[in-house]
Amino acid sequence: MAKRIDVSDLDIYYSSFLAVQGVNVSIEPRSITALIGPSGCGKSTFLRSLNRMHEVIPGARVEGKVVIDGQDLYGAEVDPVDVRRQIGMVFQRPNPFPTMSIYDNVIAGVRLNSTRMKKSDMDDLVERSLKGANLWAEVKDRLNRPGSGLSGGQQQRLCIARAIAVEPEVLLMDEPCSALDPISTLAIEDLMTELKERFTIVIVTHNMQQAARVSTATGFFNLSGVGQPGRLVEFNPTEKIFSNPEEKATEDYISGRFG
Amino acid sequence: MTTTSAPPSSPPQRREPAAQKRKGRFGDRLFAGASTGSGILILLVLAGVAVFLISRSIPALTADTADLPNEEGLGAYIGPLIFGTLLAAVIALVVATPLAVGIALYITHYAPRRLAALMGYVMDLLAAIPSVVYGFWGIATLAPALVPFYGWLERNLGFIPLFSGPASVTGRTMLTVGLVLAVMILPIISAISREVFSQAPALHREAALALGATRWEMIRMSVLPYGKSGVIGGAMLGLGRALGETLAVAIVLSASGVVTFDLISSTNPSTIAANIALQFPESSGLNVNVLIASGLALFVITLAVNMLARWVVNRRADFSGAN
Amino acid sequence: MSTQTPVRPVESAQGPVEVHRRLPRFAPSGLYVAGIVVGALLAALTTGGFNIALTVVYGAVLGTLAVWLTSRAVEGRRKASDRLVTCLVTTAFVIALVPLVSLVYTVLDKGLERFDSEFFNSSMLGVVGEGGGAYHAILGTLIVTALTTVISVPIGLMTAIYLVEYGSGRLKKAITFLVDVMTGIPSIVAGLFAFALFSIFFGPGIRLGVMGAVALSVLMIPVVVRSAEEVLKLVPNELREASYALGVSKWRTIVKVVLRTSIAGLGTGITLAIARVIGETAPLLVTTGLITSTNMNPFDGRMTTLPVYAFYQLTQPGFPAEPAIARAWTAALVLIILVMALNIVARLISRFFAPKTGR
Repeated sequence: MAKRIDVSDLDIYYSSFLAVQGVNVSIEPRSITALIGPSGCGKSTFLRSLNRMHEVIPGARVEGKVVIDGQDLYGAEVDPVDVRRQIGMVFQRPNPFPTMSIYDNVIAGVRLNSTRMKKSDMDDLVERSLKGANLWAEVKDRLNRPGSGLSGGQQQRLCIARAIAVEPEVLLMDEPCSALDPISTLAIEDLMTELKERFTIVIVTHNMQQAARVSTATGFFNLSGVGQPGRLVEFNPTEKIFSNPEEKATEDYISGRFG
Repeated sequence: MTTTSAPPSSPPQRREPAAQKRKGRFGDRLFAGASTGSGILILLVLAGVAVFLISRSIPALTADTADLPNEEGLGAYIGPLIFGTLLAAVIALVVATPLAVGIALYITHYAPRRLAALMGYVMDLLAAIPSVVYGFWGIATLAPALVPFYGWLERNLGFIPLFSGPASVTGRTMLTVGLVLAVMILPIISAISREVFSQAPALHREAALALGATRWEMIRMSVLPYGKSGVIGGAMLGLGRALGETLAVAIVLSASGVVTFDLISSTNPSTIAANIALQFPESSGLNVNVLIASGLALFVITLAVNMLARWVVNRRADFSGAN
Repeated sequence: MSTQTPVRPVESAQGPVEVHRRLPRFAPSGLYVAGIVVGALLAALTTGGFNIALTVVYGAVLGTLAVWLTSRAVEGRRKASDRLVTCLVTTAFVIALVPLVSLVYTVLDKGLERFDSEFFNSSMLGVVGEGGGAYHAILGTLIVTALTTVISVPIGLMTAIYLVEYGSGRLKKAITFLVDVMTGIPSIVAGLFAFALFSIFFGPGIRLGVMGAVALSVLMIPVVVRSAEEVLKLVPNELREASYALGVSKWRTIVKVVLRTSIAGLGTGITLAIARVIGETAPLLVTTGLITSTNMNPFDGRMTTLPVYAFYQLTQPGFPAEPAIARAWTAALVLIILVMALNIVARLISRFFAPKTGR
């Protein structure tokens, strides 16, 4: 399932404003790649451009290439809706659908697309996805209760279950733990290390310990100045970034000397 | 919807891209087109209202003076009606605005919370009562109740032209109409005032109270300045409603196309809307065109008032920082 | 407390004014009671008998004055103006309640006389004087209102969807502005528009149920757009994003997530919009006309509606007048009941269909 992502010369614009400039990176399959950097440096924008979610904002566009296993995401014939089916996303704040039960939330991707499926297949899918998100044991007796009744950490795992239920090849996570307490955060980090066996995971995080704990490779984004576009300053194996970074800016940021 | 057969056990992977994609795009385009079309339809309807009214009133505008119902010209026919319309609406506005502000202040800053919610609901109900029922109430209850009061006004304040009399014995006067209209627009003005008063920044209010201000001083310092343009906008909207109100006026007023400021006599100028409602069913030929021309005048007046009101309200929204 | 000298209680307040003194809690209400008693006496003196209206007016004025003067003497100027405003604001509120109570009382009092089964089961066909009913008018109102809803809800809802989900730039601004303007169109002008539109094709004598529906739609569409727009804006963007991220197309997201989430608010808004147009009279006066028999076909011939029926029964009762006027009041009562029922339904919808937050 998991796939390799190649990004070359990617510029991202909001109308005429250049938000991210010149990203070249190659993300390995079956790995966790962390993106770190100060606020407003474009790492979330970059993450969203990987499944064309930034296009939700009017005026957003990209130049350059994002290639997944030889297929250009921004080719003329490619429908963003299809891209998002292959590349799932988990957001900063847990966002289960408030009108749906836990069960319906998990199979929302199927239901919302009106795809026909046998009841027994749906049951299987729900169980498999919830087990995959380490949530099955906690909710198996109350699948018909509203999803918004769960705790924050459980809701976030429900959202992960929902994302993996459509069997994407890549999973993007935009600060998935920033709204959660430490124990829920730990549960999600454990889950990520399990999920990387099946998916390519890219995670944006503000928590550098988290990046160091879970990721195999890390990219550091930075702004060269106010009003300037964000850039990918350094991309290396996580160990190298945190022990012996190539760039001065990376070292300053990681050691807390960031001004 | 989709005719794709269920993929066995494994979830929808590697789906038949072409068919699905075209379908999705077609649905999207259809839906976007339908919603944009509805929006444009609104533009067309409003343009249509103007175009049809103008086209049907052209015969009246170009007709010979002698053919018109009053044989004196369109201006002489519509003039008193415009005067009556404005007079009734202004009375309503003068009476309703202070009351509405009082009510809004009471609900937002004085009443106990539970009572306030209930009272807000009661005011909404007041707004929902059909205008024909207000007319019934006006002629059956309010007008007779005001007759002694009008007599008193004539005897004691008759030196003011507004109350020179002779006082109507039925109570079906311009002042009664103004009061009925005031009751009708009260909920509109108070609803908008209520909204802006309750949005006054809590920080300002608390700052005033922390300085040792009494409740009234707090309201005067922080709530009223903040809500001023909202109240003005609400009053203008109420004015728009009062200008266009038809049935209550048609039922209550005893009209006879004069121009007078005497509010308590039984000879009163009619209003445009009431005149149309009363004359239209029995009119034919050119008279219909004349009535539509008067409707066009009403449309233009209310349009101007409403645009002004929206402008005032929106200007407030611009620098209130909300949204 | 003494009620003998409520108008000038200053004399009884002793010595130098102390700023920190406060009136006891019962003082304002006590002063008002005193004011009303004096007001009643005054009213009796001037009119030579008991007069409820004058008593209340005098009582309110005297009571307010008494509270203000007492507070000014005991508590100081600032506190006194605070109390004065409290009195004025409360009085304004009570004054506003008077017409509501009076109106409901009048309509109930006069409307219940003919609130019988004959009223709901017979039309005015061949009725002179006693008897008769509003069966045809109630039916007409229901048909015209239903038709209006069928026209207005799709257009209004789709426009709101355009404004919230698709719109941008000039067109969005123009539509928002014109919807606001359209809210202020006088109802009689809407009626004239429908008349002008249909008379071009069918001649000036045309009266149809559907003309009324078109006129009422001009009034109802902006109300639907407004309320639906407010409700759709409340749907958090996160839900839309969650849906997009699952590979769901935009229109399915709107239908299945946005509309589904806001269904309670939409239902409430639409119900209130129906309540707003069901009592409209003026546009129907010039579009649907009046007949005495039952007409079920809105595309053929005149159609009586309840508000128009009430209006003509009251203003042109014929002879004898009393039975017609009684029918008019009952029609008004039915109209109020319909509007109130719709309001209650709207509240129930918003209470029972709201998404469960589970908190």
